[in-house]
Amino acid sequence: MGRYFGRKLAIYALTFVVAVTINWLIPRFMPGDPVRAMVARAGLQDPAGVAAMREYYTSLFGFDLPWWQQYLNFWGELLRGNFGVSLWAYPKSVGSIILAAVPYTLGLLLPAILLSWWAGNKFGAYAARKKVLDNAVLPIWYVLTATPYMWLAILLAWAFGKVAGLFPVGRSFSASLEPSFSWLFISDLISHWFLPFLSLFLVAFGGWAIGMRNLIIYELEADYAHYLGALGAPQRLVRRYAFRNAVLPQVTGLALQLGVIIGGAVVTEIVFDYRGLGYLVLEAIKTSDLFLLQGIFLFIVIGVLVANFIIDVVYVLVDPRTRVGMGSGS
Amino acid sequence: MRNRLRLLAMLAAAGLFAAACTGVDGGDSGDAPGSYPRNQTLFTSGTQWGPPANWNPVMNWAYATGTVGYVYETLFLYDPLTDEFEPWLAEQGDWTSDTTYEVTLRDGLTWTDGKPITSDDVVFTIELGKMETVPYHSMYEFISSVEAVDKRTTRITFSEPRYQQWANWVYFNPIVPKHLWSNKSEEDVTSGANEQPVGSGPYLYETHDQDRMVWKKNDKWWGRDKLDLDVKPTYVVDIVNTSNEAALGQLLQGDIDLSNNFLPGIASLVKGGYQLQTYYQDAPYMLPANTTWMVPNSTKAPLNDAAFRRALANAVDTDKIVNSVYGQIVEKASPTGLLPIWDKYIDKAVVAEVGPAFDTSGAAEILSQAGYRDTNGDGLVENKDGSPIDLKLATPSGWTDWNEAARVIVDSAKAAGIKITSETPADTVVQDMRESGEFDLILDNQRQMDNTPFRYYEYVFGLPILESQTTVNYGRYENQQAWDLTQQLDKTKVDDLAGMQSVASQLQRIQLTEMPMIPLWYNGLWSQYSNSVWTNWPSAEGDGPRYLPTTWRGYMQRGAIKMLAELKPAPQDK
Repeated sequence: MGRYFGRKLAIYALTFVVAVTINWLIPRFMPGDPVRAMVARAGLQDPAGVAAMREYYTSLFGFDLPWWQQYLNFWGELLRGNFGVSLWAYPKSVGSIILAAVPYTLGLLLPAILLSWWAGNKFGAYAARKKVLDNAVLPIWYVLTATPYMWLAILLAWAFGKVAGLFPVGRSFSASLEPSFSWLFISDLISHWFLPFLSLFLVAFGGWAIGMRNLIIYELEADYAHYLGALGAPQRLVRRYAFRNAVLPQVTGLALQLGVIIGGAVVTEIVFDYRGLGYLVLEAIKTSDLFLLQGIFLFIVIGVLVANFIIDVVYVLVDPRTRVGMGSGS
Repeated sequence: MRNRLRLLAMLAAAGLFAAACTGVDGGDSGDAPGSYPRNQTLFTSGTQWGPPANWNPVMNWAYATGTVGYVYETLFLYDPLTDEFEPWLAEQGDWTSDTTYEVTLRDGLTWTDGKPITSDDVVFTIELGKMETVPYHSMYEFISSVEAVDKRTTRITFSEPRYQQWANWVYFNPIVPKHLWSNKSEEDVTSGANEQPVGSGPYLYETHDQDRMVWKKNDKWWGRDKLDLDVKPTYVVDIVNTSNEAALGQLLQGDIDLSNNFLPGIASLVKGGYQLQTYYQDAPYMLPANTTWMVPNSTKAPLNDAAFRRALANAVDTDKIVNSVYGQIVEKASPTGLLPIWDKYIDKAVVAEVGPAFDTSGAAEILSQAGYRDTNGDGLVENKDGSPIDLKLATPSGWTDWNEAARVIVDSAKAAGIKITSETPADTVVQDMRESGEFDLILDNQRQMDNTPFRYYEYVFGLPILESQTTVNYGRYENQQAWDLTQQLDKTKVDDLAGMQSVASQLQRIQLTEMPMIPLWYNGLWSQYSNSVWTNWPSAEGDGPRYLPTTWRGYMQRGAIKMLAELKPAPQDK
């Protein structure tokens, strides 16, 4: 078991280093000079002033150092938890901007991922056994899972926000409220949260349900299911075994899907003007804020790696075969 | 069966949840704790495109909306609509001789921390200009000394009086408290966040969040006694923009009272019974705020040829841009590029004589006279050496109105025989190109309405050309005579209208024959307001308040602050 996780951790560490390096590289390939943009905005006319200001910002952001030193400094600062200063919201620190946005993104992603996975699996397994239901909802699921996140988001915003007027569209909570621990604020927060959540939930839900339905049908046709049936085991028991077997690929699928769902969250947040990381990504790109951009990507990379690790652990817990494999290996 | 029950329970829970959520967004949350009473709060948007991150009035391009105006105040206000200066912190200011200017503060002014505002603060603020990175450093070069004559009076002595620029300085730059600023380093002054700003204005810093800035009324504001002005909203909440579309949605829902976003199609909404209003009831709906110019790079052939630039100016169908791209919410610019507020400086005779007008065949005529011929028979002219012409017109991606306008320019130039290709690189890339001079054609509209046309001529003719052109003369057009005239204009006294007109007329003749920049249309002071909570917005109709309806940076001191004193709560029908 120790060796298994040791190896896993080593792979994660390697992935982390490579991802962070790519992270550091990509924004630097973006066209446009951020320091020049900052100085330009200052609208200084005097050449000496322009030069002085440029020098100040260049050294502040460390652009005057050779690239390898910038890279090493970046790692040094990173390990101290310092992500640098944002250009977009100068002079705020990237860390504080991301921290303020993270609760919104997590609050959207975690329930959407977990609930859609849970409900999708349950519902898929249930539908697999009901011909009528299966025939009726399968096409809907196919449409749902093939729907681009932002398109569904726009539809929902239009239908529930504009036409029906049930939910507010735009921002994370009403502009007239101050964050506080009150029913008024929390309910407002939830009403702003619901539509973005729903759009993420529905798309993912369709995918899980289809996957589960197919897997269950496959498992119920497997030899062991027929054998159990022939032995006279109750249908219920057979289904339970089939479900437990079918859920394993879905766990792996969850790990694979994480990145896609996060990508979906980015566009969903933009559609709903929801002030999480996705909104920050857009703003950072628009303003060539490479520090903010690399900070967010770093955060996403860490998030995905941690989530994958958790899924690895979960996998060991739910699949006895991996435990046995590890036992014999050590 | 168990599964079915579970499913039902899930659906029921979702339904309940949805039902629970719907009742919430009533908007009228009243005086509940943690909320701003809707009928006492003004919601604004359209200025802040990133989270409020600094309250530094010196960073006049990035401070949180309202920092200057709500908190920091200027000596004078300048109202472009009436072309008048109004004493604000100052009681009066005069040129006592050709080279000395004396300004006297009002009696009994205090900073919001209780300390008095004295001439020491004025001296200190002007002397910040010694720092190279302070935006008005170049102004300071013409000042030889600044001294406090007494507690309220400051005397500024000029080595070379720049009357126009100085008139601009006194209304544009806010006074900062010396007792809090004197120990700041240069970095802190020009790029510090200045959290918890202490000023003198009608609002106090209340709080801010990633997506908003909240100001609270300063009940002890000096203007209530001395000007008999009272800003009406208790709170001003400025919303951070994400997109113009989001702003439009919030405006229609009544969540925003004043939107200074560019909202295409606003014309039909104003007429559509949404309680929306603009400054003018009909086209162009908006006040003109600045001129959009097409800037040719005059260091590159064939754009280094005045005849070619003139042909280009004649080729562009600006009316089509105004009508089809903007739906008439903008107006075509005068051939001089001067804003309507500067109409008195326009020499109509010169314009009639040499000014360009849209004329495709005329443009083709100028081209052929200047020696640009279509030698390969593709309907487009070639360079004089026979090489093909293909000019790139760059507009920032996502600026859809400009991208569309560029398309019209491309088409109408093609009709006259000039090949232009439209490009849409990222905003920051266009900025790079503009500064470094690595472009053929770009659009630009940075100079706003102001107290003097000098600001526009400086923008068109500014010299010397540097490696990086940060604020003026992006086309790198060199004409010493024009620049001398521009400086002469700067040195003309503000009340010498005839003197200004005569210099302006000479400049216009040069400008219209040389066409260093091609004025296209007046960009609007984008502003639309909802009458659902606040009324009596600025309006050209009836006896509506004639103030600039905006929270854009640099506009509070152009009289926009007085808009807040004119607002009235809308009659509540509930």
